[in-house]
Amino acid sequence: MKAKVKTFPQGAHIYELKGDTAAKNIVDTSPPEEVVIPLQQHIGAPCKPLIEKGDHVKIGQKIGASDSFVSAPVHASISGQVTAIEPRKTSLGRKVLSVVIKANGQQEFAGELRGFRDELPDGEQIISLIREAGIVGMGGAAFPTHVKLSPPEGKEIDRVIVNGCECEPYLTGDHRLMLENSEDIIFGLIAIMKALGVKKGFIGIEENKMDAIISMKDASSPNQNIEVIPLKTKYPQGAEKMLIKAIVNREVPSGGLPLDVGVVVINTGTAKAVTDAISNGIPLVERIVTVTGSNIKNPGNLRVRIGTSFRHLIAECGGLNEESGKIIMGGPMMGKTQHTLDIPVMKGTSGIVLLTGDEAAAAEPGPCIRCARCVDVCPVNLVPIGLANCSEHEKFGDLESLHVLDCIECGSCSYICPAKRPLLHWIRLGKAKIAAMRAAARNSTSSK
Amino acid sequence: MMGGKTAVDTIVSSSPHLQSKETISGIMYTVLIALIPAVLVSIYLFGMKSLYLMLACSIFAVATEGAVQKLRQKEVTINDGSALITGLLLALTLPPDFPMILAILGSVIAIAIGKQAYGGLGHNPFNPALVGRAFLVISFPVEMTTWTKWVGPVGAAIDTQTGATPLNWMKTEGIMTDYSALFWGNISGSLGEVSAFAILLGGLYLLYKGYIDWRIPLSVLGSVALLAFLVGEDPLFHLLAGGLMLGAFFMATDMVTSPITKLGRWIFGLTIGFLVWLFRIYGGYPEGVMFAILLVNMAVPLIDRYTAPRILGEVKARG
Ligand code: SF4
Ligand code: SF4
Repeated sequence: MKAKVKTFPQGAHIYELKGDTAAKNIVDTSPPEEVVIPLQQHIGAPCKPLIEKGDHVKIGQKIGASDSFVSAPVHASISGQVTAIEPRKTSLGRKVLSVVIKANGQQEFAGELRGFRDELPDGEQIISLIREAGIVGMGGAAFPTHVKLSPPEGKEIDRVIVNGCECEPYLTGDHRLMLENSEDIIFGLIAIMKALGVKKGFIGIEENKMDAIISMKDASSPNQNIEVIPLKTKYPQGAEKMLIKAIVNREVPSGGLPLDVGVVVINTGTAKAVTDAISNGIPLVERIVTVTGSNIKNPGNLRVRIGTSFRHLIAECGGLNEESGKIIMGGPMMGKTQHTLDIPVMKGTSGIVLLTGDEAAAAEPGPCIRCARCVDVCPVNLVPIGLANCSEHEKFGDLESLHVLDCIECGSCSYICPAKRPLLHWIRLGKAKIAAMRAAARNSTSSK
Repeated sequence: MMGGKTAVDTIVSSSPHLQSKETISGIMYTVLIALIPAVLVSIYLFGMKSLYLMLACSIFAVATEGAVQKLRQKEVTINDGSALITGLLLALTLPPDFPMILAILGSVIAIAIGKQAYGGLGHNPFNPALVGRAFLVISFPVEMTTWTKWVGPVGAAIDTQTGATPLNWMKTEGIMTDYSALFWGNISGSLGEVSAFAILLGGLYLLYKGYIDWRIPLSVLGSVALLAFLVGEDPLFHLLAGGLMLGAFFMATDMVTSPITKLGRWIFGLTIGFLVWLFRIYGGYPEGVMFAILLVNMAVPLIDRYTAPRILGEVKARG
C-alpha cells in the first residue's frame, strides 16, 4: 500500500547523479593541520574576534561573536594556536575576516556549553542554546536558526518541516545523515517544536531515497506528532516555498517568508546540529560535505571540521582526475563556482562538486524556439524567457512588473532550455539592476 | 598528496552548472520522425511522384536556408532540421500532381519570406510552411485545387483526371465520403492530409515525447467538431476531412508560432477551430485551416501577454 506522494506544481525532472556517493557511509576526515574560520559564515552581522593572535584555543571554544540578534557566533573546530586573524578568501566570492588556527594534534574540548542528556530544557533555553552553538541553516543559506525560531509578535507558527529533499543533483550528505543519524534528526526536530510550541512536525523526503524514508519513519514512529512525507523526486522540491506548498499546501506570499504562513523549515543537518548542542553541549564545529563529481578520484561523504580547506578534502578523496575543470561550492544547480581550492568549508557548505572541463563546458546558445519548456518548469510560474529578454534589452520597468524579484534562482529554466540559453544569467543581471535602482531611489528620497 | 592532482585551471560561470541533453535539432528530428507515417502513406497512395515532390520541397527549403544565411553572413544552421520540416510540411499540403517547379518556388518562398526575412528560426511570427502554401494558393489557385482522383494504391492505374476532395464533394454536391476512407486515406486530397490515421500516429508520438501540447490539437479539433454539430453538420466528417488533422497536430502546434502559456494555447486553439468552422461553413472556399492558423499566429504575442500565469504567492501578497 502506498500513500499518495505529494509535490508542488511545475518543476523539472533533472539528472540525479547521486550514484557515486549515495551508498557511501559518512567518514571522518583526517584532522587538518590548519583551519581558517571566517567570522561571518551566515546571513547577518559579522562576528568580532574574541581571541588574539597567539592564543591557545580548544574545540568548541567561542572565538567570534556579535551583539546583533541576526548573527551567529563561531567556534574553534580544532585545538591549537591562533596564528592569524586576517581577511581570507571564502566561497562567497569575497574576503572575510577569518581566524587561522594551527592544530596542536590534540583533541582538547572547551566544554563551554551545558548538555541536557535526559530531559529537554524549556523553550527559551533551547533557543538560547541554539544561538550560543552558532547554529545556522546548513542547507546552504546559512540563516541563523535562533532567528527563525523567534518569530515577530503576531506571527503564529504551527508547523515545522525538516527538509530532507536534497533535490540538488550529486549531493548525498542529507541522505546519509537520515540513514545514519535518524534519531538525532528527530530529537532536533522535537526540540525545535518545543521551542516554538508547535504540535505538528513533518519530514519531507524525495522518493528517490526510499531507504531514508523508511529509516526516518522508524525513528519517528514513537512520536505521534511527527509525520514523514514522501515527496515526488522533482526539482526544486527542496526549495522552501515548494516544500511548504507540497506538504502543508500553503503559499508563501510573494516577497514573504515561511513564517508568514506559520511554517519553519529546517535542514536535516541543522536538526542534527541542534541535537549535538542540546544533548552533548557541542557547538557547530563540523558538518557533512559531499565531495563528488566527474573530476574527483574517490567521491564520498565526509564529516569535516568547519574551516578545513577544499584542497585538504580533495586530497582526502584521492585528488582530481584532470587539472582543469569546475569547482562548485554546493550543488550543480544553485552552487557557486570557485577560482581556487584554498578556501575553507563553512557552515553552509553542503558539497563540493568537481566537474571535468568537458562536462563543465557550456553549450553555445541558439535561438529561442519558444518551446515553453522554461515556462513549464518554473516553480514560481514566471515566464523565464520573457524575463531574460527584458533584461537583455534593458526593459527594467517591464521586468519588475513581470515579478522578476520572485525568481528563486533555482536554475530550472536554464537547465531545461533546448536552445541552451543562459536564462538565469540574464534574470540575475536584471534583478541586480532593479535592486540597484531601488537602492538609488531610496537614497535620493532620504537625502532630500 | 595522494597521487591525484590538486591544482586546477578553473572554469567560473554562474549557476546552473548542469544542462539537459535536449537540443533544438533533437526536437526537430523527432518531429520529422513523427511525419514518417504521413510520408509513407502518401507514397503508397500517390506513388513516386509524391516522393519527388517531398524531396524537391525539402531540398530547396534547406538550400534556401543555407543560401540566405550565407548571404547575410550568419551562422549556417541547416543541420538543425527546422528547414527540412518546413519543406516537408509544405509538400504534404500540395496536391499530388502539383507541378514540381511551382512546389520548389513555394518552398523557397516559405523559407526566404516566411522565416529568414524575420531573422530566422525562432523569430518568424507565421508558420513558414503555411506562408509558402498561402503564396501558392493565391498565385496558382488552379494548380492548387486540381486533385488526382483516387483510384488505387501504387501499381494500380492512377486516373489523372480531376477528382474532388471530400470537402469539395460536400460543399458543392452535398455528398459525404465514408469515414473509413477518410480515416485511412483512400480519398482525393493533398499528399499528407488524406490519411487521418497516419497523422494521428505521428501526433500521438509527439504527444508522448512531449513536443506538442495536447491543449492545441484538442481545442482545435474539439471546437470544430462541436461547432459543426451545433449547426447540424457531421462532426466526424469535419474532423477527418481536409487539412484539419495535419493542421491541428503539425501546423498549429509549431512551437515558434504558438503561445507559450497554457491558457494561451487554449485560446489559440479554440480561435483556430472557430475560424476553420467559419470558413468551411460560411466561406466561399472549402478549406480554411491554413488561413485560420496564419491569422491566429498573428495574435500570439498578444495572447502570450495577457495570459501570463499567476505567480506563486501572488494573490496572498495583496491580501
Ligand atoms: S526553454 Fe529556451 S527555447 Fe524554450 S521557450 Fe524557453 S528560452 Fe525559448
Ligand atoms: S525564472 Fe527563476 S524561479 Fe523560474 S525557473 Fe528560472 S531560476 Fe527558477
